[in-house]
Amino acid sequence: MDFLRPTTWEEALAAKAALPEAVPIQGGTDVMVEINFDVRRPVALLDLSAVAGLSGWEVAADGRLRVGAAVPYARIITELGDRLPGLAQASRTVGSPQIRNRASVGGNLGAASPAGDSHPPLLASEAVIEVESAARGVRMIPAAEFYLGVKRSALEPDELIRAFWASPASGPQYFSKVGTRNAMVIAVCSFAIALHPERRTAGTGVGSAAPTPRRATEAEEFLAAELDWSGASALDPALARRFGELAAGAASPIDDVRGTAEYRRHAVAVMARRTLGWAWDDYRERAAA
Amino acid sequence: MRVRMTVNGRPETVDGAWEGESLLYVLRERVGLPGSKNACEQGECGSCTVYLDGVPVCACLVAAGQAEGRDVRTVEGLAGDEGLHPLQEAFVEAGAVQCGFCTPGLLVQAHDLIERVGEPSDAEIREALAGNLCRCTGYEKILDAVRLAAARRKDEAR
Repeated sequence: MDFLRPTTWEEALAAKAALPEAVPIQGGTDVMVEINFDVRRPVALLDLSAVAGLSGWEVAADGRLRVGAAVPYARIITELGDRLPGLAQASRTVGSPQIRNRASVGGNLGAASPAGDSHPPLLASEAVIEVESAARGVRMIPAAEFYLGVKRSALEPDELIRAFWASPASGPQYFSKVGTRNAMVIAVCSFAIALHPERRTAGTGVGSAAPTPRRATEAEEFLAAELDWSGASALDPALARRFGELAAGAASPIDDVRGTAEYRRHAVAVMARRTLGWAWDDYRERAAA
Repeated sequence: MRVRMTVNGRPETVDGAWEGESLLYVLRERVGLPGSKNACEQGECGSCTVYLDGVPVCACLVAAGQAEGRDVRTVEGLAGDEGLHPLQEAFVEAGAVQCGFCTPGLLVQAHDLIERVGEPSDAEIREALAGNLCRCTGYEKILDAVRLAAARRKDEAR
């Protein structure tokens, strides 16, 4: 096994181009588990932890946030919790403090597990993934087009994930996750919602209830059309229930050791209804203020 | 491969490390510091918790080469010349140690908590230790120990 240790982004891209089978490693919280258990024996590890710039974030000229792929969840929570509240909530449910000190959104994207905690909020907030190769340069991939299958993404073998882009929240964002305890839990299923008051639309993300994380598009369209965006009225329970049904309809879950398909569909409906309730309460408070 | 790092304040050079091995393996088998424990090897149990550049991490999930040039502090580095760290004394006094296998990881993780948050609430202690499994104590004595250490630290600061 080779251990490649680029110190610049250009070196990293060159190394990935020269050896596309090299497995990128940053926090190691997925990759090292596979190596420790001999599930995977890559020809090379491409250690990105010495690459300058990957673990920083900035506000771009257009006001969006550009967050380096290696920013650990612990820092997403403390440094970006106010601007990316949905992602920060999801980040708090990742593993344990030790894991959150190392694991990053870039790693979650690279692994592309349907159960990854960052995916639903990235989908709900319409994040865009910045990937790059030495040969073809930068590609900007909307989160909704990034996930292609179970642990398969739109990332090409010679590409690396550099950052994700997301607008600071303009409205309430919530995340909910079902698991057996609060810590160290892989999602049985999860759900994220983001209200975009300026456009009077809503974003959603369903996790661990289909081969890929995905948006519940019909549920989003339903909210855009049916919510009383003036904020004058409390949430109609029938509307919230219908939203839950539509969200569950977007799922295509399987039976596995963590839960049955039927349970997942039910839980997605409940989480969708609840997160909408929380978001709507916030929305009305802000509208009244 | 060769890995150079600082461990508990001492420069260490390790030769012949396999590229896929973990920092935990390097510490235990090559540097001769068996305090950090090897249990789950997947970041679930916290028994291998060490400081990497001042941040608590699971050493089993850090590739050896990723420690190059970095500063590692293990449970062996908590005690000073005058003996045990007050947190370690509190663990002994409170009965927070039974079989002892989880203790090194808990000590490093609790040490970080007390250093960052002078007077942690019970919720903060539970949250901080959520990634450290103990199968003996039922955790109550561990919580007692952390509370005791935090209270003494506060008294000393006065």
